[in-house]
Amino acid sequence: MSANHDGTTLLEVRGLTKIFGTLTACDHVDLNIAKGEIHALLGENGAGKSTLVKMLFGSLEPNSGEIFWNGQAVRITSPGAAKKLGIGMVFQHFSLFEALTAAENIALSLDDGSPISSIAAKARALSYSYGLPLDPESLVGDLSVGERQRIEIIRCLLQTPQLIILDEPTSVLTPQEADKLFETLERLRSEGKSILYISHRLEEVKRICDRATVLRHGKVVGHCNPRQETASSLARMMVGNEVKAVVRAPAEGIETAPALLDIRALTRKPATPFSIPLKNINLRVRAGEVIGIAGVAGNGQGEFFESVSGEVLQQDAGSVRIRGKDAGGLTITGRRLMGAAFVPEERLGHGAAPRMKLSENLLLSRHATDGKAFVGSGGMVKSSAVYSAAQRIIEAMDVRKSAPDPEAAALSGGNLQKFIVGRELDRRPSVMVVNQPTWGVDAGAAAHIRQALIELARSGSAVLVISQDLDELFEISDAIAVMHNGELSKPLPIAEATFEKIGLLMGGAEPGHAEHTLETA
Amino acid sequence: MMRLELVKRPQRSMLFSALSPFIAFGLTIVAGAIMFALLGVNPLSAFRIYFIEPISQVWQLHELAIKAAPLILIAVGLSVCFKANIWNIGAEGQFILGAIVGSIIPVFFPQFEGPLVLPLMLLFGMVGGAAYAAIPALLKTRFGTNEILTSLMLVYVAQLFLDWLVRGPWRDPQGHGFPQTIQFNDSAILPELMPDAGRANWGFVFALVAAVAIWILMSRMLKGFEVRVLGSSPRAGRFAGFGLNRMVFFAFLLSGALAGLAGISEVSGAIGQLQPVISPGYGFTAIIVAFLGRLNPLGIVAAGLVLALTYLGGEAVQSALGISDKVARVFQGMLLFFVLGCDTLIHYRIRLIGLAAPKLEAAPKLKEAR
Repeated sequence: MSANHDGTTLLEVRGLTKIFGTLTACDHVDLNIAKGEIHALLGENGAGKSTLVKMLFGSLEPNSGEIFWNGQAVRITSPGAAKKLGIGMVFQHFSLFEALTAAENIALSLDDGSPISSIAAKARALSYSYGLPLDPESLVGDLSVGERQRIEIIRCLLQTPQLIILDEPTSVLTPQEADKLFETLERLRSEGKSILYISHRLEEVKRICDRATVLRHGKVVGHCNPRQETASSLARMMVGNEVKAVVRAPAEGIETAPALLDIRALTRKPATPFSIPLKNINLRVRAGEVIGIAGVAGNGQGEFFESVSGEVLQQDAGSVRIRGKDAGGLTITGRRLMGAAFVPEERLGHGAAPRMKLSENLLLSRHATDGKAFVGSGGMVKSSAVYSAAQRIIEAMDVRKSAPDPEAAALSGGNLQKFIVGRELDRRPSVMVVNQPTWGVDAGAAAHIRQALIELARSGSAVLVISQDLDELFEISDAIAVMHNGELSKPLPIAEATFEKIGLLMGGAEPGHAEHTLETA
Repeated sequence: MMRLELVKRPQRSMLFSALSPFIAFGLTIVAGAIMFALLGVNPLSAFRIYFIEPISQVWQLHELAIKAAPLILIAVGLSVCFKANIWNIGAEGQFILGAIVGSIIPVFFPQFEGPLVLPLMLLFGMVGGAAYAAIPALLKTRFGTNEILTSLMLVYVAQLFLDWLVRGPWRDPQGHGFPQTIQFNDSAILPELMPDAGRANWGFVFALVAAVAIWILMSRMLKGFEVRVLGSSPRAGRFAGFGLNRMVFFAFLLSGALAGLAGISEVSGAIGQLQPVISPGYGFTAIIVAFLGRLNPLGIVAAGLVLALTYLGGEAVQSALGISDKVARVFQGMLLFFVLGCDTLIHYRIRLIGLAAPKLEAAPKLKEAR
């Protein structure tokens, strides 16, 4: 517990403000972190957590405000300066060279000229003493996401920081890996180190954090002791109001419904040395059901999505079947014409062209399926028809925007995601494949999107959702399969699925073995 | 201490998008004045000779149109490439190949006359330019070569090929050994628009028609949308079902055909035969025209006229002031430099920063803090 929390302040922030153009990302933020505490920084995506942390780590310069370190005013002008002070950071997105070993990666960031062998020895010793076993000689490209995170943590610890900032560390971990991480964090706390823990997962914050600072729209809306709060009281603080719960009516008659999306022995060789091969994937999604695919990021979900959507073609036309017909040899346009719709993970630059208007982004995925409505004779675009369809979607999905037809990049992540999902729902597709439907989306918009996906399924479509967010999958799926290292487990009906079972599969328990444990469990 | 800082704008600025070419032109004038002063001529009179006198009479406007036509034709084609993020730097070579292939008919069949000759020549010219442009497209899509290098290097191949042709197999046997082909017959000459007023020929009309057609393609048609999507976000383009390789061919063939049309129009219009050198670098200057015109076909028409003027002005200062006509190239270079520089203002605004907030400045040095 917080035994080592002796009350002396390590870091104090007063009135820190950062303005980007017209957006005040951080608005007079006050924060103070005591020695030997795990301090949570809570907030929805876009609340200003990352901006605040970047200012603390010296990668952004505040417009105004003060930072005190051990009681002295300091100016943190660069990450190097932050490291010298004793601030270490583990980023959400790792910055590792895949073709180098763990030790080489660590040596690059230390930049002090010590020989790699001594760094490797130190890293090995440190990793075992903190319960984060790591082989410094292994190539990063061969490591799992969890192991890569260990490198980042070890790299940070080697600089003996007094304050460690962790940005959404569990978002890439299985529940079991997360438990390990929590043990390490508690161990660090017992040594008197302070941790700033950024997350939007309320249960884990309640579990390990001593205090929490909640941000909303760039402002601090409260400080609290998370252990004395409930998950829903924390959520209220973060979101500002109650979030409507998603309603999932039981699916009926699924067993006899036709499989609208049928994936048979889908195999794909790795396109680059560091991409994941897909191994003999079989999955059937029937009319009326939502199937969820869980998995730690980077286990082949992206490759799987590309293969199903037709951005990458299959040699065996029968390995992807849509509405009973072979689709493996068809492009994404051909598959859309068969009634399928796709929402990729990345919004800007994949699902939408950032510098194009929403109406143009509507045309992006629907120029072929709605060819008659949107494209006239001679290839002329009927812009007024496209525009009014875009407005229809904006209204149906409650997309908030500042102009009638703004550029995609001008929308917040959540609003753009609502538009991109709405763009496909508007077609009433019979097969819908969505990768990370609510990644980086605020709670209110996420509930809206999830509800819409369930309703689409219940109206007779087949919905396949790939997500790293287990809470989300448990909320909307009728069955959950797990992708690990390019292999897909059998879908587990939601009534039988538990976090623990799914977590074991995410961690790579052998499918057979996992089934065995499931039977005995 | 004052310093300048670039601050990213939340949205691209429409104002500076339109203003940037004009600011660039203004800066070019300032830099040009300094250059003229250093050369020891009065900048004001030099500018009068460079920019005003070459267009003060009607026949001179015709000369302007003759110079502007190939620039506009090539630049509208290049604008499609550049919008698609495909870098065809070899329009000069496609221009030359268009001229060579288009000249096959008048050089080998001088007796072939009639109304069919010109349309065939123009068609041959377009095919020649497009076929030559297909080489870098093929190399890029097949082997992943960088199209900037291959298309540029093919320019020199084309130039030397033309030089060899007119000195060797295609040389006019009655030409007293001059390196040139026979004079084209009358059916193979592009007619002048208003013979009484000046020399401007149908090439200028082709340029205007091409500009309008490409404008419609890019702003109103699905194909133009495809170009813009693939150019700005290729992954989103693939998600839309647009093929990048097909686009590489489309952009190269289209711009090559237009450059080829410009080439055959130039030899059948302004020159009347093939010579070792048929272009004062139109294919390269057209790159400047495309950017100065904001890659917008209608802007390109205006930009083409401005750059055509730099050619005429260069000739004018050479004859009036004895300054090398290379000064035209200097102006063109400065214009491109400034226009690309000013484009920064579309996405960024400049902020003048005085002393940083004093309380931050007052913080002790890091070493002390440690």
